[in-house]
Amino acid sequence: MSLTRQDVEKVALLARLQLTDDELATMTDQLAQIVDYVDQLAEVDTDGVEPMAHAVEVANVFAADEVRPSLPREAALANGPRTNGRGYLVPAVLGD
Amino acid sequence: MSNAYTTVIGLEVHVQLATHSKLFCRCSTQFGAEPNTQTCPVCIGMPGTLPVMNRQAYQLALRTAVALNCDIPEFTKWDRKQYYYPDLPKGYQISQYDLPMSDDGFLEIADAKDRFEPKRVRIIRAHLEEDAGKSIHDEAAGKADSEIDLNRTGTPLLEIVSQPDMRSAAEARAYLEEMKLLLTYIGVSDCNMQEGSLRCDANVNLHLDHEGESIATPIVEIKNLNSFRAVERAIEYEAARQYKEWQENSEPPKARQKYLARPKQTRGWDDAAGVTRAQREKEESSDYRYFPDPDLAPVITKGDEVQAVREALPELPAALRERLGEDYGLGTYDADVLVNQGRALVDYYLAVADGSGDPKAACNWVTQDVLRVLKDQESTIDQFGVSAENLAGLVKAIDDGQLPSSRAREAFEVMLADGSAVDAAITKLGIEQVDESALEDLCRELLAANPKIVADVQDGKQQAVGALIGQAKKKNPNADPALVRQICLKLIGEGV
Repeated sequence: MSLTRQDVEKVALLARLQLTDDELATMTDQLAQIVDYVDQLAEVDTDGVEPMAHAVEVANVFAADEVRPSLPREAALANGPRTNGRGYLVPAVLGD
Repeated sequence: MSNAYTTVIGLEVHVQLATHSKLFCRCSTQFGAEPNTQTCPVCIGMPGTLPVMNRQAYQLALRTAVALNCDIPEFTKWDRKQYYYPDLPKGYQISQYDLPMSDDGFLEIADAKDRFEPKRVRIIRAHLEEDAGKSIHDEAAGKADSEIDLNRTGTPLLEIVSQPDMRSAAEARAYLEEMKLLLTYIGVSDCNMQEGSLRCDANVNLHLDHEGESIATPIVEIKNLNSFRAVERAIEYEAARQYKEWQENSEPPKARQKYLARPKQTRGWDDAAGVTRAQREKEESSDYRYFPDPDLAPVITKGDEVQAVREALPELPAALRERLGEDYGLGTYDADVLVNQGRALVDYYLAVADGSGDPKAACNWVTQDVLRVLKDQESTIDQFGVSAENLAGLVKAIDDGQLPSSRAREAFEVMLADGSAVDAAITKLGIEQVDESALEDLCRELLAANPKIVADVQDGKQQAVGALIGQAKKKNPNADPALVRQICLKLIGEGV
């Protein structure tokens, strides 16, 4: 399994990354190496082995349904690139 | 035209679960707070934070899934669904992909007016996920920015996906109404559509026959459905629109193939204009790049726990309707009216019916007089002025002949006004049984004083006797109008 330039273009689009042609070439090469490396796992015989859904052997970790204080609004908005003191401001979202 | 095609409908319902805090953090889920006052580093997606599942949210989801007759797999996990949108601060939604917490259930629907045959709508799955935030766009401000409020982000949401088993807008509406009723009865959500606690998307396409070939038009997902009425209207509109589109694209064969190969489209319902409009093309499901969320532990639910949840379920609307029919002799329509009002009203009815021993009369009083007053007063049954015990007393007093039915409504009004029992109301109104001989004396007196009316009746104008009833009531308010009429006609017939 090796990665094509088209695969990387698609992933970049989904990740909202704009790559130059040079970057795309570099990324295709590097990502392909990573994928090929991980692909070695395919050589292991996994017949009859339960698929693993989680890396840690724990389940049923719950918290009680009790409200605790939220962040003050100023603190919540502090990292927003643009705010009006009430909400985060983003370019107009229309429809949907 | 009605048989030219079959409308095929599947519904996706999102219901906010009635927890105090969010699904993965302890921020409040209270509706209506000032924007961005109910968020924390977990729900606004700060690096290094860890989500922890709300136990109550899982329990409410489990209760719902069991009530919807779903299978509950022993093992379930949560996955990250990746997409970029301003109201999704983490860049992914924690949802469930290949191992949802429940699947393969059903909900039965019927129509009290018999517009369609009762049917079982299959449910593909119900899974627990987090809600997104809200973007507010001020239309008046034109091209201005959108404002993002993340208070809703992380509110527990159960997504319930039906099979495309519905065949008309009426069936879709019935499904939603039954779903809402069920969710309310089991107490998992307030189902307030205005506040977005219950939301719905509809998948619609047409099945039709073209020169002996079975055709399925491309599926359209309709969003922005803000009321049950909107769901009905949008489905009706969309079916007609798709049929027109099919007719325009059915020939030549090349155009047809191209049309039928179109991917699923998303359209938004414009309630004011009464039309659906195309929205962004839906990304393929593989584009969401789901993978198991490594921050969340899976949940294991054993069969005995599921069994305990099943046993703890309250009586569901369908079972209650059946009991009202079988044990109380009510018709489908009456049972439906009562059950649709909610459990508290049904309990009130049951108390009146049991207390009076007359379930039919109890039903008439509750569905007519009680509901009318509640509607006028814009109040609920727990604030109602006549206790179930007192209404049962009233029904009984009528049945025992202690209270003439002609004056029952007056007694009801007195009981409603001062909360008294029927005996007190009877005393207050001075109601007493008038024995028949006294009534006959009264009628003779009236006939003697009104020779014109007697003559009219003898000429065949029976309705003329009506004028005497008013006079009789004036002389004795306890005179039963029906009886007065009957006696007068009898006396005139006998030549007075």
